[in-house]
Amino acid sequence: AVEGTYGIGRPALDEEVAAWDVDVLPDGRGLPAGGGDVFTGEEVFAEKCASCHGDFAEGVDNWPVLAGGFDTLADEDPVKTVGSYWPYLSTAWDYIHRSMPFGEAGTLTADETYAIVAYILYSNDLVDDNFELTRENFADFNMYNMDGFTVDDRPEQEYAAWRAEPCMENCKDEVQVTMRSVFLVDTPPEGGSDSV
Amino acid sequence: MDETFKPSRRAFLRGSAAAAAGSVAGAAAANGADPLITELQDWASYTGAGVDETPYGMPISFESHVVRRNVEWLTASPISSINFTPIHALDGTITPQGCAFERHHSGAIELRKEDYRLMINGLVDRPLVFTYEDLERFPRENHVYFCECAANTGMEWAGAQLNGVQFTHGMIHNMEYTGVPLRTLLREAGADIALDKWVYVEGADASSNGRSIPMEKALDDVLVAFKANGEALRMEHGYPVRLVVPGWEGNMWVKWLRRVEVTDMAVESREETSKYTDVYADGTARKWTWVMDAKSVITTPSPQMPITHGPGPLVISGLAWSGHGQITRVDVSKDGGITWETARLGKQGDTKALTRFYLDTEWDGAPMLLQARAMDETGYVQPTKEQLRDQRGENAVYHNNCIQTWYVNAEGIAENVEVS
Repeated sequence: AVEGTYGIGRPALDEEVAAWDVDVLPDGRGLPAGGGDVFTGEEVFAEKCASCHGDFAEGVDNWPVLAGGFDTLADEDPVKTVGSYWPYLSTAWDYIHRSMPFGEAGTLTADETYAIVAYILYSNDLVDDNFELTRENFADFNMYNMDGFTVDDRPEQEYAAWRAEPCMENCKDEVQVTMRSVFLVDTPPEGGSDSV
Repeated sequence: MDETFKPSRRAFLRGSAAAAAGSVAGAAAANGADPLITELQDWASYTGAGVDETPYGMPISFESHVVRRNVEWLTASPISSINFTPIHALDGTITPQGCAFERHHSGAIELRKEDYRLMINGLVDRPLVFTYEDLERFPRENHVYFCECAANTGMEWAGAQLNGVQFTHGMIHNMEYTGVPLRTLLREAGADIALDKWVYVEGADASSNGRSIPMEKALDDVLVAFKANGEALRMEHGYPVRLVVPGWEGNMWVKWLRRVEVTDMAVESREETSKYTDVYADGTARKWTWVMDAKSVITTPSPQMPITHGPGPLVISGLAWSGHGQITRVDVSKDGGITWETARLGKQGDTKALTRFYLDTEWDGAPMLLQARAMDETGYVQPTKEQLRDQRGENAVYHNNCIQTWYVNAEGIAENVEVS
């Protein structure tokens, strides 16, 4: 054992690391060689994705919407899609390749994944229909909402103000009930609405 | 109190029935001797179950209501979904594993210890593979921590929605974990532990649930855990090995942990971009909102736990917790936040763990607007929903630690409400 270690475990082999370490970083590191275009992606998407996500990535029933929703993030009901919300293209490639289709994860080839991602970009009107996504041009693509995220700033925005001795008496003049849950949504019957 | 406020007819009828049921026990004494005392009962005469009947027991049938529950309309599929711990019916702080909530993204998988492998790779001198047996040979620690889903209380951002504390606050459990500090395994692999480095952790399931954790946290108190509440993890909680990330949002507590990779930047995976980012009113979003802030809720009385005993002595009880450390104080209000009384802690809670509080009080039978307000060792005071909305709007989805209000009517029935 190396000094200061317990000497437990054994070396990971290169092919073992290659099998499990498939994550892709925002700068594109981790992508395999390959590529795929929008037309191929449309075919693959129709076969493997559209039954839940819709022919145009618009979502079926309650399944996730992957396209559209641009400039809705400040609305009462934001539509957060790959196009309108996701900051990095790497995440789409990584997640689809690793965890989709739902129930058959890990079955997409690298080229299929490039093609599906190209088609999702097309469905979001972010590329033309002759676009081909490859490892080489991947890092050049900037997502619509890439600047939409700030690192947690609760310490500055909230904690400073909320670390104060709280009021104990006469904290308000009066209290009104402004909303009651029993009028709004269905709580399962075992909840307070229907049972004691 | 708003004079126009009236309980629903159904709630009123139920309240009358409950009051009537509560009076029966009292009547027995008033009308004469209690036959449960004066007449020989079966259990005092016949024999009970033998010790060979139940090698691993379940709760007695009378407690069959103390179970996990789900809310179908919350998610598209029960495979990537959530259920809720029956915190209304529990006391103390330790969550029984069998009813501790579940959240999966591709279902609860069955992974044998023999098939389990943990890989450590990336910026390390020695990429390693551990078996389950290997992990049990490292020095281990025991700690009690809460695991709260980032989305706990998330349905309540825009208003009072679900009528039961199980549903509004039950995406949480609190267990005593046994495991190996992550830093021990990082050292074993000769990891680059510079504080600008990250660890990316992922599970063995199809969703993988990959998340990025800054090195400072990885070296601090993160555990690679294989026991909870004294026994192996339940399948649905990551058997045989999960990550325990004290004080931080439950999503990062990666189950069925299979790989830890040291990286020079955050992976910005799906679970830290599309999900577990918090949208503000202006459309921008916070990312990496890891810590769960101080929070509390009254579990009894609550919509699933009405007062059935009438006026007189009443125990108001609940839970408080903070991802920043220990709970130091919980205040309770019975009038919607006009006046507050400091509650009693069941015992001083552990750091980043559930803490039980009690307010032993007299109920005069008048309606109440019950609230609890937690304080933690950093001096942070749990905010109102108004304070949170002023900061964040109504679409943050995650990290709703607002003060909860229960309206208790004269019949003792409680409802989830919002107050001005």
